[in-house]
Amino acid sequence: MNTSTFSELVLEDRVHRAIYTDPAIFEMEMTRIFGAVWVYLAHESQIPGNDDYITARLGLRPVIAVRDSQGKIRCLYNRCAHRGARICREARGSARTFQCPYHGWTYFNTGKLRGVPWPEGYACDFKDPQFNLAQVPRVESYRGFIFGTLNLDAPSLSEYLGLVRKPIDEWLDRHPGGKVSVREANRLKFKGNWKLAYDNAADGYHVVFSHRSLLEMEHRAAKDAAKGMSFYMGKPDEAPMYVQVFARGHHFKDKRPNVEKRAGALWELEAAHPGMEHYESSIRSKLGEKAGRALDLAASEPVNINVFPNLSLLGNHIQVIQPLAVDETDTTWYATALVDEAGELGGAADAVNALRMRTQEAFPNFGEVDDAVNFEEIQRGLAACEDEWVYMHRGLGIPGRVRQQADGTLKAPATDEVFMREHMKEWKRLMSSQPRLAITREP
Amino acid sequence: MLLEREARLLDEARFEEWLGLFAPQCAYWIPARPGAGDPRREVAVAFDDRRRLEDRIYRLRTGSAWSQAPASRTVRLVTNIEVFENSMARSNFLISEFRSGETRRWAGWCGYRLKDCKIEVKQVNLLDCDQNLRNPSLLL
Repeated sequence: MNTSTFSELVLEDRVHRAIYTDPAIFEMEMTRIFGAVWVYLAHESQIPGNDDYITARLGLRPVIAVRDSQGKIRCLYNRCAHRGARICREARGSARTFQCPYHGWTYFNTGKLRGVPWPEGYACDFKDPQFNLAQVPRVESYRGFIFGTLNLDAPSLSEYLGLVRKPIDEWLDRHPGGKVSVREANRLKFKGNWKLAYDNAADGYHVVFSHRSLLEMEHRAAKDAAKGMSFYMGKPDEAPMYVQVFARGHHFKDKRPNVEKRAGALWELEAAHPGMEHYESSIRSKLGEKAGRALDLAASEPVNINVFPNLSLLGNHIQVIQPLAVDETDTTWYATALVDEAGELGGAADAVNALRMRTQEAFPNFGEVDDAVNFEEIQRGLAACEDEWVYMHRGLGIPGRVRQQADGTLKAPATDEVFMREHMKEWKRLMSSQPRLAITREP
Repeated sequence: MLLEREARLLDEARFEEWLGLFAPQCAYWIPARPGAGDPRREVAVAFDDRRRLEDRIYRLRTGSAWSQAPASRTVRLVTNIEVFENSMARSNFLISEFRSGETRRWAGWCGYRLKDCKIEVKQVNLLDCDQNLRNPSLLL
């Protein structure tokens, strides 16, 4: 595909339906996006000890994210160097070596070939690295978030993240010790293109419509109270919340300014959850005046922090967007828990986490399902081939609406679509580039 | 008979009557992994008490739950029913769901704890509980 095509597909105020429907474009994305930039792979808490691994994907490539026997985090290709079979068929585990079930070739978890059966039947030298597992050449972790890229020319992970590190740091630092631990997930799938999920990631315009039933549900028992995302009702663009856009396709919806800066105020926004009263009373009796701050840690943090292309920190969730096909995507909402090693919460951490599991189940169950159906319906609507354009022009051309900040970022009101326009520009730039991608076989 | 009736009420979208089969204090639990795990430490696909079940049904009745608008058509098969002396029961299930032009399937087994002829705990163990599920908006 001619790369000047992308200038015709991504305009200032709209994008062409083909970017969501064309399998040839999807295939190019699997290298020019998922490979050329830093792609989120796993959280360190999923592989806490040496030899721990999980199987995952980088784009469509099957990989093993492993903490090797010396403690180094690697992303091995889950693909036997011999004939191409996946060597590891489990979702997670602990292993010093991996043996291919087909011909028994065995590898250390550094990727180095350990041995093959009856090597005397081969004329080649098995010490040659060509027989080691392929692996992602650059794997880095930012405060527990593990990313990988095949692009030898990519900047460091820290530079790639740039200013989005600040909201990520704030999201982590509200927890004792500045860390969280992954605890299972709500796993969803929709028949639609992966970018439909990323386009929604900082969308404030859809909330009162797509999530109407969630808002009604949350107010069933508390009609006059402010619950959940009720701050989107009325005049959301006049509310203190805002969307902030960074370079490289990252963005941030910050709803924290809508919430009173008082310990316990965030917790008060939570609608009813199982076990709420029991655990709340246990936390209050343990912590007294300090209970409000602990309860806030069980509540959904009102942020959407989006790292292009596949990671969002939403509420307390780590959401990962996984493309499967041009019209199929998995979104996995990993739940997180506090890790209170220093005992800052006076023994209440387990109770806070129990509450936090229930608060985290709410949005995937009662909110995200409606968005996912809307994404599927977009994919269906886009089959209308003559109806070419997908509009992203909300806020464009209104003087003073999008405000450039001193640090180069942009800020706009909550329902603005500037964040989409900017990530599409970045998408266009990446798709028009020819990155130098490589694997390595050097453990 | 309770389990067949439960299945029919759900197939007929008689959600409030279905909830009437549950004890006043009850749990509806769909674990997120085989072996179930501990809901105090990890999220489940769903972990509802009676109040959250009421919320779930309330949401379905708003008319704006887009994931069930229009509503799915379902036929439930409940089979391999065993009732034990300690008020526990189990069954296997297969739910055929017609939605958006195709018929989908939810399969697994259920564990029940019963009290005074009501369901105190229903644990729904989906075969694919740890996989990415497409529109899990049905009451299972």
